[in-house]
Amino acid sequence: MKILVAVKRVIDPYAKIRVNADQTGIETHNVKLSMNPFDEIALEEALRLKEQGLASEIIVISIGPIQAQETLRQGLALGADRAILIQTDQDLEPLVIAQLLNRISLREAPQLIILGKQAIDNDANQTGQMLAALLNWPQATFASKVTIDQQRVTVEREIDGGLQTLAFDLPGIITTDLRLNTPRFAKLPNIMKAKSKPLEIIASETLGIDLTPRLTTLSIKPPPIRPKGILVHSVDELIDKLRFEAKVI
Amino acid sequence: MDFTLSDEQRALTEMVEQFTEAEITPNAKDWDEQHHFPIATLRKAADLGLAAMYVKPELGGSGLSRLEAALVFEKLAMGCVSTTAYLSIHNMVTWMIGHYGSSTLHEKYLSHLASMQWTASYCLTESNAGSDAASLITSARRDGDCYIINGAKAFISGATQSHVYAVMVRTGELGPKGISCILVDKDTPGLSFGKLEQKLGWHSQPTAMVFFENCRVPISQLLGVENSGFSIALTALNGGRVNIAACSLGGASACLKASLAYVQERSQFGKNLSQFQHIQFTLATMATQLDAARLMVYRAAAAIDNQDTPLVTQCAMAKKFATDVCFEIANQALQLHGGYGYLKDYPIERFLRDLRVHQILEGTNEIMQTIIAKRLLEA
Ligand SMILES: Cc1cc2nc3c(=O)[nH]c(=O)nc-3n(C[C@H](O)[C@H](O)[C@H](O)COP(=O)(O)OP(=O)(O)OC[C@H]3O[C@@H](n4cnc5c(N)ncnc54)[C@H](O)[C@@H]3O)c2cc1C
Repeated sequence: MKILVAVKRVIDPYAKIRVNADQTGIETHNVKLSMNPFDEIALEEALRLKEQGLASEIIVISIGPIQAQETLRQGLALGADRAILIQTDQDLEPLVIAQLLNRISLREAPQLIILGKQAIDNDANQTGQMLAALLNWPQATFASKVTIDQQRVTVEREIDGGLQTLAFDLPGIITTDLRLNTPRFAKLPNIMKAKSKPLEIIASETLGIDLTPRLTTLSIKPPPIRPKGILVHSVDELIDKLRFEAKVI
Repeated sequence: MDFTLSDEQRALTEMVEQFTEAEITPNAKDWDEQHHFPIATLRKAADLGLAAMYVKPELGGSGLSRLEAALVFEKLAMGCVSTTAYLSIHNMVTWMIGHYGSSTLHEKYLSHLASMQWTASYCLTESNAGSDAASLITSARRDGDCYIINGAKAFISGATQSHVYAVMVRTGELGPKGISCILVDKDTPGLSFGKLEQKLGWHSQPTAMVFFENCRVPISQLLGVENSGFSIALTALNGGRVNIAACSLGGASACLKASLAYVQERSQFGKNLSQFQHIQFTLATMATQLDAARLMVYRAAAAIDNQDTPLVTQCAMAKKFATDVCFEIANQALQLHGGYGYLKDYPIERFLRDLRVHQILEGTNEIMQTIIAKRLLEA
């Protein structure tokens, strides 16, 4: 079985984020970027399936600027067999991403595609679902447990009320939730060898997809700075402030 | 001269940084307080290839350069200097076996050391042979196919926990030319340990004397050829000095990082500490000194990689400069934290205690100066 894993390069979850000067986006200059944590989980799951002898090849794919190669190399160091970068400097919307992934799926014919349930930058949570629709494949999103028996895939997923179990026959799509697994660290020798694994770069314009965004971002604003706290001297004063200033009681 | 790291080197430091934050930093305080030798964590590090870092891949090592190994030690030490320093000694001995050992010794040791199922110690110092290590008297006498070892080694890092001891012993004439390096296994009859030393720092690893009483060891346990042990010991120490200096870099950067956060949180006289110019200048000086130390350590590591001729001097300079400056940075960090820096609630005092010994071991910083001066005057 061939598995395709989509990985996105995002601002590191532990980095301090700032809105850029003209309020059109998040400042990415001089900020640490890393693999989207949900995608790390997706790749880890694929690696475990390969270790169980259930997968023969793992392809990591990313859509983004040339620097996203670094994220793909990380995937290769972790154990993916080869990588594909669809290069673009544009900020693409989930539908376009899904269309691009669809193109590559048709070419590579994987039986399973694993994606993070969302990328922590835009939190769109759409790509996996849209890709399933385009491919007309079954999907199991927010997976917290995956078992595969022959062609049958059973997925436990986290929903508001608890856990739901879904099953589908391959090919299909899984998107990962946080508790599916704990990603491993890459081993030193594999980091050094990652450059010798194949990484194909495809220009996004060559895939015949209209990349134009449908949405326009008007502005991005940081949340208001929390004003300094004050010390109240009595319960009466507190109640007064809660009632007339905060207007919560 | 290229001062940028390669993509792989950046990937490697990032991985080690994440490993440190996940596995080391949250536990270092406990290890220090409980004098706990964290073998389980060390084995996790070994699984990532951190225990035989600069051993060739053909021998089961990670095949990194010394520069890359230094980058790794620096990142690990940001979590725990003491544990990282022990790992550096283990790496040094593992390299000695890889570089000087016979294929029989490779077979016997390397895979176990690379996984840290076995750990290793380096035994040069004796009670009466510290800085003057070539005056050591622990002896190995030939008896048929065996050496019989008698004597005692002092201050041995990892003693009691390590499985294999690389022991410098006298097999010939007095002075440096009559010394051999022999591997002695922990379970060899006649090998025993002194009580655990009570130390200022380095609590996550034991230090003890190792005694040898008629220890019979097959001659196949010899590293290299007979009477070449002192040169093996010193060659290994060049790398050991770079490694220990790299551990100092990590400790100092952790202290600087903690200080940067602290001075922006703490207010006195109605201002954040970070708004006082004195505090700003202190931070700037700490960062500058750290960077200078870093450059020297990286260059010394690269000198070993390229086998540049002045490597002995460069390793000695880097070891002295970095371990002095990094201790001073920890001391400044403690000062910036005020009374809180002196408390165990903050990690600074632990870094300070752990870093202090780097000015003493792997050759004291005075001995580094004698090494540097000797070569200056010879030139
Ligand atoms: C925690 C710890 C762990 C250690 N681990 C190991 C280990 O794993 N393996 C090992 O073999 N050793 C180890 N050592 C030993 C360490 O390498 C020695 O302590 C060190 O080499 C100094 O020797 P000494 O203590 O005998 O001091 P001495 O040699 O007695 O020196 C005392 C002082 O005199 C100075 N001095 C000596 N000679 C000169 C000179 N010619 N000119 C100027 N000044 C001089 C020294 O610099 C020092 O300041 C460890 C030590 C410690 C504290």
